[in-house]
Amino acid sequence: MEARGAVERAPGKGSFSGRIPAWLWGLIPLALIAIAVAAFAALGGPGLEKRTGPPVEELAVERTVLQPGKIELTVRNDGPDAVQVSQVTVNDSFANFTAGDPDSKVERLRSERIEIDYPWVEGEAYSISLVTSTGGAIDHEIPIAVETPDTDLSFYALMALLGFYVGVIPITLGMLWLPFVRRVSERTIRVLMALTIGLLGFLAIDATLEGLDVAGGGSQAFGGPALVFLGGLVSYLVLTAVNAHFVERSERERTSGASGGQIAMLVAIAIGLHNLGEGLAIGSAYAVGALALGAFLVIGFALHNTTEGLAIVAPVAKSPPSIARLIVLGLVAGAPAIVGAWIGASAFNSSVAAFLLGAGAGAIVQVIQQLVPSIRDRSGVALQPLSVAGILLGFAILYATSLLVSI
Amino acid sequence: MLASLAPVLGAGAAAKAGLLTPNGAAQAKEASAEATLAKASEHAHVHGGDEHPGFREGATVDHRANGFNPTDLLRDFDHGKTRRLASGRVLREWELIAYDKEIEVAPGVKFAAWTYNGRIPGPTLRCREGEKLRIKFGNGSAHPHTIHFHGIHPATMDGVPGLGAGVIPPGKTVTYEFDAEPFGLHLYHCHALPLADHIAKGMYGAFIIDPKRDRPRADELVMVMNGFDTDFDRENEFYAVNSIPFAHMHDPVKVKRDELVRIYLVNVLEHDLLNSIHIHGNFFHYYPTGTSLEPAEFTDTIMQCQGQRGILEVRFPYTGKYMFHAHQSEFAQLGWMGFFEVTE
Repeated sequence: MEARGAVERAPGKGSFSGRIPAWLWGLIPLALIAIAVAAFAALGGPGLEKRTGPPVEELAVERTVLQPGKIELTVRNDGPDAVQVSQVTVNDSFANFTAGDPDSKVERLRSERIEIDYPWVEGEAYSISLVTSTGGAIDHEIPIAVETPDTDLSFYALMALLGFYVGVIPITLGMLWLPFVRRVSERTIRVLMALTIGLLGFLAIDATLEGLDVAGGGSQAFGGPALVFLGGLVSYLVLTAVNAHFVERSERERTSGASGGQIAMLVAIAIGLHNLGEGLAIGSAYAVGALALGAFLVIGFALHNTTEGLAIVAPVAKSPPSIARLIVLGLVAGAPAIVGAWIGASAFNSSVAAFLLGAGAGAIVQVIQQLVPSIRDRSGVALQPLSVAGILLGFAILYATSLLVSI
Repeated sequence: MLASLAPVLGAGAAAKAGLLTPNGAAQAKEASAEATLAKASEHAHVHGGDEHPGFREGATVDHRANGFNPTDLLRDFDHGKTRRLASGRVLREWELIAYDKEIEVAPGVKFAAWTYNGRIPGPTLRCREGEKLRIKFGNGSAHPHTIHFHGIHPATMDGVPGLGAGVIPPGKTVTYEFDAEPFGLHLYHCHALPLADHIAKGMYGAFIIDPKRDRPRADELVMVMNGFDTDFDRENEFYAVNSIPFAHMHDPVKVKRDELVRIYLVNVLEHDLLNSIHIHGNFFHYYPTGTSLEPAEFTDTIMQCQGQRGILEVRFPYTGKYMFHAHQSEFAQLGWMGFFEVTE
């Protein structure tokens, strides 16, 4: 402010500071920080001793790939110091391995792929120990060894089929409730919206817990569980801004408030983010052989996700959109499951997965906020007995169906 | 749509299950041997298991930097300095210095060891029954140490805290003096507390008292079975004879066909209850503690707890390479294995 004031006064006074544009004043502190940091580094941190004690060595195994006679680990350096993996044991036996340059260390936040020669046997458990140059041992468990599927075209096709199966189809089927919701009373609509809130609330809790679980298991360097909450906040704020933009535009066009169609799109986006997380979980579980593909899983997901279709069409009961629009909504909500399955099975990264799961939860919270006005009765009370019953019913439905699909 | 897709996935699951079933063995019983082999050959593409366990890309440690090579330690006997006393007895003297030294215990893995004379195991002290022994010990380490000998001696010469000179602080010296008895294969090690740490860090060595009449001429080898707990979890990461895992996989112990080979085998391994040795393609005579000239056993595998030791006598009737290793397979795979190479 003062700087701008100086600029305004400058021409009259002709002072030195007046000849400097405002943006340069903004840069000066940054430049001084850069100079100070450079000088500090160049002088080797005067006044500060080197850290006492041995180096802190932390490696997180981000990905395990099993091929005949080979175990590949992708490790990321989570700790403050560079780590050199000097030797590797598998089930208490030293094993030959290759990993980049034998003399190079894995720097902080960098990753390295370690290829171990080992005649592992399908269905057995393996305990791998990475012995570092200081003699430290970093352990990694493979609870059940199963060959990692080749990521060829048929694999991607299978994952697409799976994503289509658990995402797109159930949601599309659920959207077939539209004719029903168009014909019921306003009171019933309120109950249905409450039911939708219940469904979404369950999904938000589910996604958060799943995210924390995933984040806890992988590299902590990028924030670990914090990423779940960060993802939630980011998606909540972005969707709020998108919604505000919709409202502003509709006001300009002299329509009233956010339309049912816009809310439906927001619900679809939120559910889409949730299904991205679901796809990630399915794909990564399949890649490590922890997922039994079968009719039961698919039926479970179908029941579980069909209700998500209802959540999308409930807001548009009063102004039904075109078929094309409905298809778009269905794809926005369901197709991310396909993308999630691809990513989960081929390039699973726990940090990214935690962020995405958090983003799904944040989006859902934002959408719940949008839906709350629609369950208010004439006196403006949201949580009247009927809507509470609807919310609880939503919880109950997803709780019961989630029992069918534990990954 | 749902119904038509389910069988596709169901079939996939069945195929997967087929690979996993253990009842393949039951089916094989009914099938002919040829059919079993033909079925097994489907897995021929699965590689692995055709190499010995070992370090990354067959690397070895830098023996020069360590200051000792396990192959040299095999035949390195320290007879000390002798002079005849007025009584006609032989006085034998050694000097041992304790110091801290970083050892590369496996390629690329450094361990902050405590040593006698800069090597692990310490020098193999060799004397003859009935001699007077004098061991001057200087502590050049940053930690207090002792030398505790196995053998028959007075309490004040026992090298334990609180008796005689007790624990020797850094920078101090002491002289242990006692008679060489009984003949056999013994050991010495630090007895400062905590005992397990002082032993696990490398403070031990073999101590041979030869009988008055020499044992038959032989190619003599010293093998001290040890290990290293480099991450201090009270379990060893590395196992070996004479400290360096897999050393004799790359550099076999060279012996002559039909020549008598005598192995002085000592177990000092900390953290594990037992250790053992097995020699391939051969049998040996075993003299527990070496205190008898008659063998106790003709076998190919013996075990020792910590502090136990014994002499093995073996002749290789055929040329070629013969493995020797702990018959705790885990120890073998973690480094305690090697080869004899028998030549004409």
